[in-house]
Amino acid sequence: MEYFWAFIVGGAFCAVGQLLIDKTSLTPAKILVSFVTAGVILGAVGVYEPLREFAGAGATVPLTGFGYLLADGVKQAVSEQGFLGIFSGGLTSCAAGVSAAMIFSFIAALFAKSRQKLG
Amino acid sequence: MKGNTVFFKNAPAVVTAAAVGGKMEGDGPMSACFDKINEDPYFSCETFEQGESKLLKEAVIHALEKGSLESSQIGIMFGGDLLNQCVGTTFGIRDLDIPFLGIYGACSTVTEGLLLASLFVDGGYTDRALAVTSSHFCAAERQYRFPLNYGGQRTPTSQYTATAAGALVVSAERLPPYVRAATVGKVVDMGVTDAANMGAAMAPAAYVSIKQFFADTGLSTDSFDLIVTGDLGKVGSRLLCELFDRDGIDIRDLHRDCGTMLYSFEDQDVHAGGSGAGCAASMLCGYFIPKLRCGEYKNILFAATGALLSPTVNAQGESIPAISHAVWLSYENGSIRDIKFEERRVR
Repeated sequence: MEYFWAFIVGGAFCAVGQLLIDKTSLTPAKILVSFVTAGVILGAVGVYEPLREFAGAGATVPLTGFGYLLADGVKQAVSEQGFLGIFSGGLTSCAAGVSAAMIFSFIAALFAKSRQKLG
Repeated sequence: MKGNTVFFKNAPAVVTAAAVGGKMEGDGPMSACFDKINEDPYFSCETFEQGESKLLKEAVIHALEKGSLESSQIGIMFGGDLLNQCVGTTFGIRDLDIPFLGIYGACSTVTEGLLLASLFVDGGYTDRALAVTSSHFCAAERQYRFPLNYGGQRTPTSQYTATAAGALVVSAERLPPYVRAATVGKVVDMGVTDAANMGAAMAPAAYVSIKQFFADTGLSTDSFDLIVTGDLGKVGSRLLCELFDRDGIDIRDLHRDCGTMLYSFEDQDVHAGGSGAGCAASMLCGYFIPKLRCGEYKNILFAATGALLSPTVNAQGESIPAISHAVWLSYENGSIRDIKFEERRVR
């Protein structure tokens, strides 16, 4: 059941992205940024936390999960460090994800070359 | 020149033409039109940009070989592509030793080059002039949208930039097809800002140029076997037909679009169709010119269309202006007098 809800919720996020690509003239970059921002807002107003508990990776893996992580990190850091936490919290909490993305991209770039996807 | 249309007094001939393509083009329904298909998107080079230069050079060399010509026999070359500073062309032709003038008309470059080459030959300034252009899917994605490594999704109205190049040589010799007249396009901007929907931006430009051609020449659609546009794709082609509907002219049976011909919509995931300077160029050089040479088509109006898109100003909110130059290619050679007074002979 856990997998099922993760699939449904994660899939719903992706479906929203697909609809934005198909029905609007937004570029992929704008859609990605708006997903992160939406995650921050949903995290800040407290909607994302219950969704994460309910759907697990279905809510944390899509980009909105990254936004939620930023908001959650700021909240925690503010409660621990006060005002300075506004600046340090977001990046601290997502440091592992960002570093992993950079390291794995670097490793992939050493071994792989970009190619045309043939339709 | 009457109106915006140049009439070529001596009707210069396209004596040789060649098209080179990539794997997608080789897998498509038009694969037989290419003189060479390259399976490797890098063309055995380090980068896609170097690959495009090699692709363009191959097209020039094939065109020269097919016409049994040496590069020293070419008086002037016109060329351009889609990359910044037209590096695809300039780097590709640097060791060919031919006098060169760079041009830019986005995907309409092939008709711009053909028009200028015809002018130089018709005016007697040179014996042979060459026109060449190319595009490369992977290099164009980096230039206009995102590098391939980014892995962005393509939208339904987006078109697939062809990895292809076309080169042709115009000469005063007598060998069909002949270039009879050409309408110099105007920049048309209907305010389309969506870089993934260039067909809609270009259709009005094609409409304006084709209409201007008929107004200037006094000819009608009856005189032509086909009216060919460059790369309007599915979306732009439908718009063009609707624009002509308003004038009470149904061009659906006459109209062909290189962007909808180059790929198979069923078997290849190209969304709204093909695009890119190499799309119209390879279809003109590899498909239409051979068919005109053997007389299968007697008269076609070829209007390649270009979206004068800049990613920088587009990101700043500017719209996408477009341009289209229309060239009348004919199996028969005739003077302007023939068109005016013996219209029946045109067909």
